[in-house]
Amino acid sequence: MKGVKSNELMAFLIEEVLKHGSDTLPATAEKRLSEIRRDKPSVPVIYVSSGSASVIAGSEKSAEAADMYLKEMGIDGLIVRTGGHGPAVFEPLFSVQLPGKNRLVFRNITEDKVEATLNGVFHNDMPVEDLVAQSGSTGFEAWHDIPFIEDIPFFKFQKRVVLENFSFFEPESIEEFIARGGYRSFLKTIRNYTHEEVCDIIERSGLRGRSGGGFTTGLKWKYALNSASDNRYLICNAKESDPGSYCDRSALEGDPHRLIEGICIASYAIGASNAVIFLKTGSPHPFARLKNALEVAREYGIIGHHILSSGFNLEIIIREEAGAFVCGEETALIGSLEGKRGMPELKPPYPTSDGLYGKPTVINNVETLMNVPLIMARGPEWFRAMGTANSKGTKLFALGGRGRYTGLIEVEMGTSFRTIVEGISDGIRDGRAFKALQIGGPSGTFITDKNLDLTVDFESLKEQGIAMGSGGLIIIDETTCMVDFVRFYMEFIHKESCGKCIPCREGTGRMLEILENIIRKPHNEDSNATLERFKGVMHLESIASVMKDTSLCGLGQTAPNPFISALGNFREEFEEHIFDRRCRANVCRGLRTFSIDVEKCTGCTVCAAKCPVNAIYGTRLQPFFIVDDKCIGCGICKDVCKFSAVTVR
Amino acid sequence: MRKIEDILGQYRAGSHESLIPILQDIQAEEGYLSENAIVQIGRFLEMSTTKIYGLATFYDRFRFIPCGKVHLRICNGTSCFINGSEAVIKAIRETLGIEPGQTTRDGKFSYELTSCMGGCNEGPVINAGDTYHTHVRPDDIPEMITKFKSLADLK
Repeated sequence: MKGVKSNELMAFLIEEVLKHGSDTLPATAEKRLSEIRRDKPSVPVIYVSSGSASVIAGSEKSAEAADMYLKEMGIDGLIVRTGGHGPAVFEPLFSVQLPGKNRLVFRNITEDKVEATLNGVFHNDMPVEDLVAQSGSTGFEAWHDIPFIEDIPFFKFQKRVVLENFSFFEPESIEEFIARGGYRSFLKTIRNYTHEEVCDIIERSGLRGRSGGGFTTGLKWKYALNSASDNRYLICNAKESDPGSYCDRSALEGDPHRLIEGICIASYAIGASNAVIFLKTGSPHPFARLKNALEVAREYGIIGHHILSSGFNLEIIIREEAGAFVCGEETALIGSLEGKRGMPELKPPYPTSDGLYGKPTVINNVETLMNVPLIMARGPEWFRAMGTANSKGTKLFALGGRGRYTGLIEVEMGTSFRTIVEGISDGIRDGRAFKALQIGGPSGTFITDKNLDLTVDFESLKEQGIAMGSGGLIIIDETTCMVDFVRFYMEFIHKESCGKCIPCREGTGRMLEILENIIRKPHNEDSNATLERFKGVMHLESIASVMKDTSLCGLGQTAPNPFISALGNFREEFEEHIFDRRCRANVCRGLRTFSIDVEKCTGCTVCAAKCPVNAIYGTRLQPFFIVDDKCIGCGICKDVCKFSAVTVR
Repeated sequence: MRKIEDILGQYRAGSHESLIPILQDIQAEEGYLSENAIVQIGRFLEMSTTKIYGLATFYDRFRFIPCGKVHLRICNGTSCFINGSEAVIKAIRETLGIEPGQTTRDGKFSYELTSCMGGCNEGPVINAGDTYHTHVRPDDIPEMITKFKSLADLK
């Protein structure tokens, strides 16, 4: 839904809801809001999960098919495109609500299944195989024999606070957002509190930065507020480019107005009249939604000059990053916004005193800011009640990899990783064995079965030398080779290293080279080359420690983390690669050795003809053989053999 | 198509901090940064072209040769990697005969590697325009490229 829906509605929401002084609204206004919220729908409503993951799975086509279906059947119904519901395995996900009844959640409703599913729902012939659960609240009639969504493992162990609205409303609809209490805490904040009081409330709530460091947000705001200056800036860091994480993007595309409200409150708290959202590039859906939401908020007068006659001014702009991983680092980010190369600088001075254009600047990430409106609305005590002694609230994770159920999840601080792997994800796909959980992307570490009982909170992770990182959680099973996985991250970091300091620029290159040597086949290698290769392996650990100690910014300091952690937990796998030249996961192609079973080979010559390096010899109609020294392990012979005579070890 | 002058007109002359947005706007309009465009930006911002190139080559997103008619974005995120994206990338490299960031000689194809697109359960994911191809296997690539080729011929 683009733009403002109607001027009359806008006037009602501004004058009678937002500008209304107290928390309780008159009954007439409440009634109208309830209609906007579809609390008691009088027609069937089809909610289509429409996050990035859903779009990739084809939700848009399904939504169009559903629209066509309603028109063809002459059914008066609504189609609501909501934020992503969470479980990526179920996409495209539909949830259908008939008037007076609980909502029914259906999985994998691709374009071709829409008609059958909706037919079933409307004609009381439930398509059970695609039905996941029912979800509802009091006042609705429950379905018989259908489990509740709260009992499904994926949802059972989660606590959805930031994501609470995600399955209910259109992300871009400011009307619904306001009807659900949105922007009221911002208005309450600028009406009732001074800048210091807002910082105090947030500090008391115990909210800490969600992007890894875990600095107390309220305190950071205070530092910026207390730095004398004529102008201050707020930057929302939405540049989430850990290659395996998408939680900030999903959060902001599922509820963009909540983020804008958070930015408004934070800007007010630090006395900033300019805010910048620094968004990851190449993500068209979040970008379009956020841009749209900003425009509508501007029309409503929630951002701009003299906001709703309060005297507070705020301008929010979106800047798309230009593609450099290191720009997630605060000082590099500021450099990039100023039109320079995004290279980190020495801290101090910290951005809170000397940031964008030399002015005090606060940089918060998306998830942190999305918690702020809730804290202002429900009070710091509400927030303090969640989590552990030092880590309050909840944490979003992008659960990916080989788990049975993956997707965007939100858990209370203090939840153990075992609960996430065995509960939310419900184990590993295809009944394979769990190997490790990777947390924090290319600067993160591995959690193995040994310490899976660790809990999600800043302190207990820090003790283990694990950074919370960006929120990417990758479940790894036995089919992944750890050496190859570490090499993948090292390749990424090497490519993204900005080149300013030597330990990171050269260290990542050397480490990558050595790791590649481990998984490469030693072709025609003379003894000296072998010696050099071994020397490299011996140096890996010391390079890692030098990089950790001497790199300028977090990117270089944490770059060896995956390697150090993998070596600590899976040393035997590294040794197998080096000494036995064997990859137990059968991933490293260079280490595979092929041989031909003389019993099965008919001597048809196909493999010899296809071999790119002419490593297969033999006489026609006699068994062939492979010369191991020449073989590059490409596996073509195995693919082309019709008699399964080629075996791999 | 908007001219470079029109894009520059939205910014303040000499404001070095607008360099990245200007480059992004021009790339969005023309698909790449031509030499001509860089020279014009240099005049407008009173900046040497070496500095502009220095900055533009630092960031991944800027290209200096035109995109192909069909531009593929291949997810190289961690989840896609675990599900075998490397083999897919290798297949694409071999079928098209170009590296990421390059364009085929006939101007039909170009491709780039991106970090996570958010479809982690569907990996490996390939995006071409508005369509997403999920659970791609290396064996699917030649057929997929043939299909795209006919698409490119139509453009």
